[in-house]
Amino acid sequence: MTPSPSPAAASAAPGPRETTEGAVYTVTGGDWDEIATAAAASDDERIIVNMGPQHPSTHGVLRLILEIDGETVTEARCGIGYLHTGIEKNLEYRNWTQGTTFVTRMDYLTPFFNETAYCLAVEKLLGITEQIPDRATVLRVMLMELNRLSSHLVAIATGGMELGATTIMIYGFRDRELILDLYELITGLRMNHAYIRPGGLAQDLPPGAVDQVRAFIKKMRKNLPEYDKLASGNPVFKGRMEGIGYLDLAGCLATGATGPILRAAGLPHDLRKTQPYCGYETYDFEVPTADTCDAYGRFLIRLEEMRQSLRIVEQCLDRLEPGPVMVADKKIAWPAQLALGPDGLGNSLDHIKKIMGTSMEALIHHFKLVTEGFRVPPGQAYTAVESPKGELGVHVVSDGGTRPYRVHFRDPSFTNLQAMAAMCEGGQVADVIVAVASIDPVMGGVDR
Amino acid sequence: MSEQDDPNAPGQNVPAQRDDTGDLIATRRGMFGPAAGGDTSGYGGLVRTVRLPGASARPYGGWFDEVADELEGALEEQDLVPTAVIDKTVVDRDELTFHIEREYLPAVARTLRDDPALRFELCTGVSAVHFPDDKGRELHAVYHLRSLTHNRLIRLEVSAPDADPHIPSVVDVYPTNDWHEREAYDFFGLIFDGHPALTRIMMPDDWQGFPQRKDYPLGGIPVEYKGAQIPAPDQRRSYS
Repeated sequence: MTPSPSPAAASAAPGPRETTEGAVYTVTGGDWDEIATAAAASDDERIIVNMGPQHPSTHGVLRLILEIDGETVTEARCGIGYLHTGIEKNLEYRNWTQGTTFVTRMDYLTPFFNETAYCLAVEKLLGITEQIPDRATVLRVMLMELNRLSSHLVAIATGGMELGATTIMIYGFRDRELILDLYELITGLRMNHAYIRPGGLAQDLPPGAVDQVRAFIKKMRKNLPEYDKLASGNPVFKGRMEGIGYLDLAGCLATGATGPILRAAGLPHDLRKTQPYCGYETYDFEVPTADTCDAYGRFLIRLEEMRQSLRIVEQCLDRLEPGPVMVADKKIAWPAQLALGPDGLGNSLDHIKKIMGTSMEALIHHFKLVTEGFRVPPGQAYTAVESPKGELGVHVVSDGGTRPYRVHFRDPSFTNLQAMAAMCEGGQVADVIVAVASIDPVMGGVDR
Repeated sequence: MSEQDDPNAPGQNVPAQRDDTGDLIATRRGMFGPAAGGDTSGYGGLVRTVRLPGASARPYGGWFDEVADELEGALEEQDLVPTAVIDKTVVDRDELTFHIEREYLPAVARTLRDDPALRFELCTGVSAVHFPDDKGRELHAVYHLRSLTHNRLIRLEVSAPDADPHIPSVVDVYPTNDWHEREAYDFFGLIFDGHPALTRIMMPDDWQGFPQRKDYPLGGIPVEYKGAQIPAPDQRRSYS
């Protein structure tokens, strides 16, 4: 690899620095004429550009190290880790239920997928997969599909913005706002919900939620064709997207790319169909594919997946039966009988009155479950869900204690981002932006 | 969990705790975390063993036997002795795990990927686990392989001692493991021999130590909340 300018060199005065590979000019501002003259004196047009980690077009704190020759990218590498927060390590010091509070913050655009994948793994270790109430599972599916919509909307919106198509950005964030309002109504928060818990959900739907979701579906059905009108057939948009970020099926499997990238290469691989979880085999939906292997194909797939997600949300509402949303086992069910009090959402006053006033055993039980948590039999489990970005896998190891021994997230953004070099090398600098946007990496998930 | 002092009698609605079968990976003493100090509760004398599910006997059930047969057959074709390559096979919670001797990992991975009857085309990366009390096998690398052709998922587990944390890289079989192996190196200090550029990926390049090993402290400071001092997370009482 050629040496990239180190942070230490950034503060050095402009001018050539002799290395084993020739003179290196570090450009961080200063007098451009001076730098341009010095660079022109050299016959080498090779430039290394450090794009990011604070660049509006790199999807968060992603650092791209591009070696360019004129307008052509000859080598591309990623620098990641700027958003590493040690979530996996932190999980080992919290009990199993508290884990959801952490994993929801990993890929912050797909919180419900992180929570569901983690909870499915814990439930598999506990052996209670079959005992999860139907209502909880249906609501999990509904929230995941709403989440797929909101994640794809951000992918399309930010991708459009990076091309200069600000209208798509405005449309995307406008529609995502509708979904965030639903999250807020259902979970109390717009992001970082920790709503899905091992055993079920934190609480049931609030009154009126079903009507609001139905109203949203109606509105979204009207809004979705706007993206088609605005972008799908737009010659400028197509000119920027078609043939860009090319990665064929062999490349996808080698780099481990899943999700829309894999489906744009023509393989209809979707874990919801091939390894169904949460009863996805009972829902009626299609897995869209494209055979273009490029950014445009991925855009069309995301658009179609949003339509399919709306269908699934509608089916969820239709099959929603009244019932519990937490597993019946009181040794596992977090006594989260939440109610809205004057200082926000907390334990309901009725529940506190009962445990404080009438039942000593209930108080002890509540205290032990909240402070100590439940024990999970030793062993390991791997569960995977189809997140909007691809296969989100969770490897959980228990040593029989009240805390996870090890939790590892196989985040699709992390794996897919490896394909960046294969997509960008040999292309134009401006197309790097399109290729990275079509991968849709979220650095919270990449770095964890 | 303890094998005899199990308070959860059968019929209770908690998941059954395991007995003394399985492989011992650690012995814990005391309770509530702190090892020393004014323990007047008597819990300090507790001794518990931690056991993970042990080797399973045939038949494994379902398609597991088919995959195991094919793998053993394919290894024999390469003049490898299956019993020398596969340390043990564990079936637990409907998941099939092959524990592989580390020097044979690349051969096994290539066989699993290329054999038409196996065809595990997609590797979902490597997850490392640190068992500091499992002497001689402290570091585990866990690989999950997915077959799109046959719609199957299996797990490979490889172990290495802390004193010699080397495992052969599988990047030339599964290029996707490039970053995953760098991550496992970064957090656990596992050295993947043959990796094209094994450098830190998340932590800064000049970082000392391997943060997700069990002997690496979490860190943190006590905070005051409503007049009380709340200790750092790794100093709080633990029930594990």
